Amino acid sequence: MSDCRIQLTINGQQTSVEAPPMKRLLDVLREDLDLTGTKEGCGEGECGSCSVRMNGELVNSCMVPILQAHGAHIETVESLAIDAELHPLQKAFLECGGAQCGICTPGMLMAATHLIAHNPNPSLEQIREGLAGNLCRCTGFIKIFDSVITAAAMEGSRTHAR
Amino acid sequence: MNQFNYLHPASTDQAVSSASSDGSKFIAGGTTLVDLMKLYVENPSTLVDVNDLPLAQVESLPNGGLRVGAMVRNSDLAFHPTVKEKYAVLSEALLSGASPQLRNMATTGGNLLQRTRCPYFRDVTAGPCNKRNPGTGCSAIDGFNRTMAILGTSDHCIATHPSDMDVAMTALEALIFIEGPKGKRSVPINDFYKLPGDTPHIENVLEPGELITHVEIPPAISTKQHYLKLRDRASYEFALASAAVVARVEGGHIHSVRIAMGGVGTRPWRAHEAEAVLTGKPATPAHFQAAAEAALRGAKPHTENAFKVELAKRCVIRALKVATA
Repeated sequence: MSDCRIQLTINGQQTSVEAPPMKRLLDVLREDLDLTGTKEGCGEGECGSCSVRMNGELVNSCMVPILQAHGAHIETVESLAIDAELHPLQKAFLECGGAQCGICTPGMLMAATHLIAHNPNPSLEQIREGLAGNLCRCTGFIKIFDSVITAAAMEGSRTHAR
Repeated sequence: MNQFNYLHPASTDQAVSSASSDGSKFIAGGTTLVDLMKLYVENPSTLVDVNDLPLAQVESLPNGGLRVGAMVRNSDLAFHPTVKEKYAVLSEALLSGASPQLRNMATTGGNLLQRTRCPYFRDVTAGPCNKRNPGTGCSAIDGFNRTMAILGTSDHCIATHPSDMDVAMTALEALIFIEGPKGKRSVPINDFYKLPGDTPHIENVLEPGELITHVEIPPAISTKQHYLKLRDRASYEFALASAAVVARVEGGHIHSVRIAMGGVGTRPWRAHEAEAVLTGKPATPAHFQAAAEAALRGAKPHTENAFKVELAKRCVIRALKVATA
């Protein structure tokens, strides 16, 4: 099937791409828009590495055909830092050792951002549930949970935005 | 992934007429279909996208029931105030399934049509599978079958039905509304799914081109409800055994009860025999035990999954205990 033109807003910027309709949002972000922060882990919706927010909901971008993102607002990990100023979650991941090899980190950051946006002071149980769709093979998760708890207590963890 | 046509109808009528050709499939949240297309298990020639159809509403019905559109996302349904208040078993089941990311995409209609996680079905290089290629044989029967079904199996297929939502919907006796080339009809959920028999590739009563438009859940007034799911991990894993209980208890006696099981059947498994054992009886551990025995009486385990018989019994007992407490 021939390419289609898709309009979408990525991290606040309107853009349009031409792509085959079933090209994954993940690949459009990485290949067409050079936003390589979003990582592919499993490619089948299991690991959450490719998590982005679409119209305010957390989704696996490897499972979204680009046609279904037409007109959507997408937020990727690149939206978190404002120029050199890291998002409190990113600072906390650095501080607490929440990132090791880095493949799961962008997805973890997006899931954690999503969680804190809805629940500014999540309990450990709520953090576990909020990050349930994101697998990490390095940290054993504890340092990631610590990072989210630390970030939630930081100034601007919800308001940090362009 | 193979080439295919892509249609984007704006009305249900259009969707139905565009999907009546061979090889066409509806696509909603895509959490099963996109996955299976990437694995070459599903190779549709036409995809009919139903995301723009006006089927995403949750509405209360005059009889006290609830009407749920086929496009209502799993997360929206789980957190809907009426569902949380009146259909806790459904909310619990939805939130025990998949991950937040997947629940945000997966839909009510799609979940009713969720495909099995049988590894032989999902891997086209893994050998024969009667569900994937009718008539070729079943690799699971003498293969890796730890997670396979123990109820409703046949000599042709032992694949487990994977859904949690459908188990809760079964205990709630949901009615499935369908629109197709021959008009509209509704089917009780207990008549919707087919046993594998010698045609495991036919999983439900839908005819070509038929689309699920919505589900109606009858009122469940004065009932106590619970969904219990047992699995290898505490989160983000399919059920080894699960139980949905909807019970009316009066003065310590079970006035009426509906029990459905997941993770053990080739379809969402309604446990009528267990219900019969309990109706009119005191809500005591001895009666729960007798009900669980009745629910699993017909179980046929395979080489690696005999543990599921005991696990499912304990699951039913604990779900009854929690629900009636």
